[in-house]
Amino acid sequence: MPERNNTPLLDIRDLKVEFPSRRGVLVAAQGVNLSLQPGEILGVVGESGAGKSTIAYAIMGLIEPPGRMAQGEILLKGERIDGLPREKMRRIRGRRIGMIFQDPLTSLDPLQTVEAQLVETMRTHLPISEAEARARAVDLLDQVGIPNPAERVKNYPHQFSGGMRQRVVIALAISCEPEVLLADEPTTALDVSIQAQILELLKKLVREKGMGMIIITHDMGVIAEVTDRVAVMYRSRLVEEGPSDKILTRPDHPYSQSLIAAVPPPDRRIERFPLVEYIEKAGDESRKLDLATHWLGQARDFGQTDGPLLRIEDLTMRFMTKPSILPSRRRYMTAVDHVSLDIRDGEVFGLVGESGSGKSTVARLISGIYTPFAGRIHFAGEELTAFKSRREANRLRRQMQMIFQDPYSSLNPRMKVRDIVAEPIRFHKLASSGAEVRRIVDDLLDHVGLGASAALRYPHEFSGGQRQRISIARALATRPRFLICDEPTSALDVSIQAQILNLLKDLQEELGLTMLFISHDLPVIRQMCGRVGVMQHGKLLETAETEELFNNPQTDYTRHLLALMPRMKRAA
Amino acid sequence: MLFFIARRLAQSVLVMLTVAMIAFALFQYVGDPINNMVDQDTSLADRERLRQELGLNDPVPVQFWRFVKNAAHGDFGVSYRLRKPVSELIAERFPATMELSLISALLALGVGIPMGVYTALHRERLPSKLFMTLSLIGVSLPTFLIGIFLILFFGVQLRWLPTFGRGDVVHIGWWSTGLLTKTGLQSLIMPAITLAIFQMTLIVRLVRAEMLEVMRTDYIKFARARGLKTRAIHFGHALKNTLVPVITIIGLQVGSIIAFAIITESVFQWPGMGLLFVQAISEVDIPVMAAYLMLIALIFVVINLIVDILYFVIDPRLRVQS
Repeated sequence: MPERNNTPLLDIRDLKVEFPSRRGVLVAAQGVNLSLQPGEILGVVGESGAGKSTIAYAIMGLIEPPGRMAQGEILLKGERIDGLPREKMRRIRGRRIGMIFQDPLTSLDPLQTVEAQLVETMRTHLPISEAEARARAVDLLDQVGIPNPAERVKNYPHQFSGGMRQRVVIALAISCEPEVLLADEPTTALDVSIQAQILELLKKLVREKGMGMIIITHDMGVIAEVTDRVAVMYRSRLVEEGPSDKILTRPDHPYSQSLIAAVPPPDRRIERFPLVEYIEKAGDESRKLDLATHWLGQARDFGQTDGPLLRIEDLTMRFMTKPSILPSRRRYMTAVDHVSLDIRDGEVFGLVGESGSGKSTVARLISGIYTPFAGRIHFAGEELTAFKSRREANRLRRQMQMIFQDPYSSLNPRMKVRDIVAEPIRFHKLASSGAEVRRIVDDLLDHVGLGASAALRYPHEFSGGQRQRISIARALATRPRFLICDEPTSALDVSIQAQILNLLKDLQEELGLTMLFISHDLPVIRQMCGRVGVMQHGKLLETAETEELFNNPQTDYTRHLLALMPRMKRAA
Repeated sequence: MLFFIARRLAQSVLVMLTVAMIAFALFQYVGDPINNMVDQDTSLADRERLRQELGLNDPVPVQFWRFVKNAAHGDFGVSYRLRKPVSELIAERFPATMELSLISALLALGVGIPMGVYTALHRERLPSKLFMTLSLIGVSLPTFLIGIFLILFFGVQLRWLPTFGRGDVVHIGWWSTGLLTKTGLQSLIMPAITLAIFQMTLIVRLVRAEMLEVMRTDYIKFARARGLKTRAIHFGHALKNTLVPVITIIGLQVGSIIAFAIITESVFQWPGMGLLFVQAISEVDIPVMAAYLMLIALIFVVINLIVDILYFVIDPRLRVQS
């Protein structure tokens, strides 16, 4: 840890940020005291809406109006920088304080080359010539680990992958050698292996350039990986601050304790996820149905199937990447490459891999969103891919439902929750009257822990976790026996994730559901699944019992993934 | 890129053929061309002979093919009303309409885009609010009404500007221009404003909405966080990104300025194609109507092609990567 000298690099005193609105003043951050030393990495952790990003925006003087800093002081090397005139503040941004945003895909101007953006930034702040700036641009790309920097500098942002774009963003942020670097969820949008590389790069840069860095994240794994000190935020306040080792292993505040407990442990299997009890209303409010007598529990005698419930043989899917009139000039990308697997009745099968590995494509092929290029899918002994008519496939597809990753775009915003959940019941004509449909919907909403009162509201009135519950209720509405969950919790906070995973576990046990559970998150897979398949570049590399896979991985790639899994030291 | 343009060209040909079919159908279904050409004393035998001579007894596909072939050479036959070749009539009127339309388009873009940017960047300032209210009026008032008000005020009351016609024109080759004489320019002012106002208000609202959208994006936030100058952010990054989607609409708008100059030309008795077209309708002068239809379709197709090519120039994401 760096030595503490008298004036910290950055000092935030009693910060309060508020957003006046019609319904009163919303306080986004209050009573925040933080300081940062040169060469130090400070983590700010908390769940969405806790006010973490607000701190970064306050430091940059970029709080969106009508929001304002209502109280407090921000000092950079002992000089006050809050409330500076606009032009003076602009000279500090980018020059003395750099910032990195969450989503590298949207952080760069799509119409300008990387070089143009780098040169513009440097020439705004530094007295250097165009030629010097160009030379430095190449040098910067080299520093952030972009291969072939002299050529790549002429490229446009869309020609870089997500991880490479984040490197470009970092190059831009450090181009004028700032003293402080603010990183707002810098790796949240990236794969685990890319995340590890980016964190490594940030650590290296801080060390080499003696910068101070504040890293804002909701991910305890990231905190454990890079930070020297951590501040925990909860509902606009700092609840705890201290050295990372201490906070991660022996947190004092009950919120920090439950937040850390809610992170799925990568190294052992637990029965249920501990809930973040400190958060009010985190407890399950659902009125549980007696499934033995209820509509939802009935008609579940699907008949015994010999062999696995779902069998995939040589499934292949390719997408055209370069269209042409001449078939010989067309180019294809093979997203799923001869994948074969069995899913047994009543088990939860996990599919893990990084983005682009083809795992979501497999889910979409099974559920019929895509038509396979080659290969066969058998469900309950019948070949789905052989059906010529939609009607026939629908009979079996009723038994198969899907839950999507993004709870924001997977619900029709113009429909009431009642109609969203009722739609599949009506489509498959599973109830005899409108009144019955309504009763079933109310029961379903109760069962997933939303309460029947949710039925008359619209999706936008719900939080991400609640929306995912709506998606689950909708999936259950056809009385399915097979559920495909495509990254169901990766858009959610850790405490909400724990609730949703518990709900899925309960439903799976109560209804004897079979599940295909897709995730890039190995600890979650370990908790949820009986067997796991690992995918890379469209190929299924290995399939094993979950514990077997974690303890005795067979392929290099699996070992690589396991090694990247962020591990937190925990109190015994 | 070449492949893309070739495909667009093929599509354009298809569009033109479809429009040609509609124009051709006019001859078949709207009135009887022979009736329009002869007077009441002509005998039935003469009519039949004329019909045979004009090829009107040939099978429909043959007639259509002939129509397309002639149209491709710019030959649309003879106007029933004026007894002159249609191509000659159009060529006479074309410069008037083009001058009016291009000046209007320049006016609409020249005022619309800067005002759109201004109102997006300074939403709370008084001029923005004033302009947005005025633009609402501009969108809701019909063009002819604005024209009539202008005539009443500047023409009749103040007597500053001529109320009809093109003024004196200068001939440069076959092109006649009113831009080189004082009366020509004076005559152009009111029709150009009338024609531009609707498009201008539309462009202001479009640019404003798109610009507000762009200003909320992450790359603008990141540009701020890099401490770039406000002007560089607004005009170097935001405006360019704003224009990408706006260009399509602007292209179509410029097309419709030319196509819908009809009303303005009628109000100001502007001797352009629109006026010719309106007169042609009232007299069922089908060759003129057909030619006008084809010409407008051609203009739209060409503008769309230009817009597509502009996309390639502006947006690097569309350029083919290997």
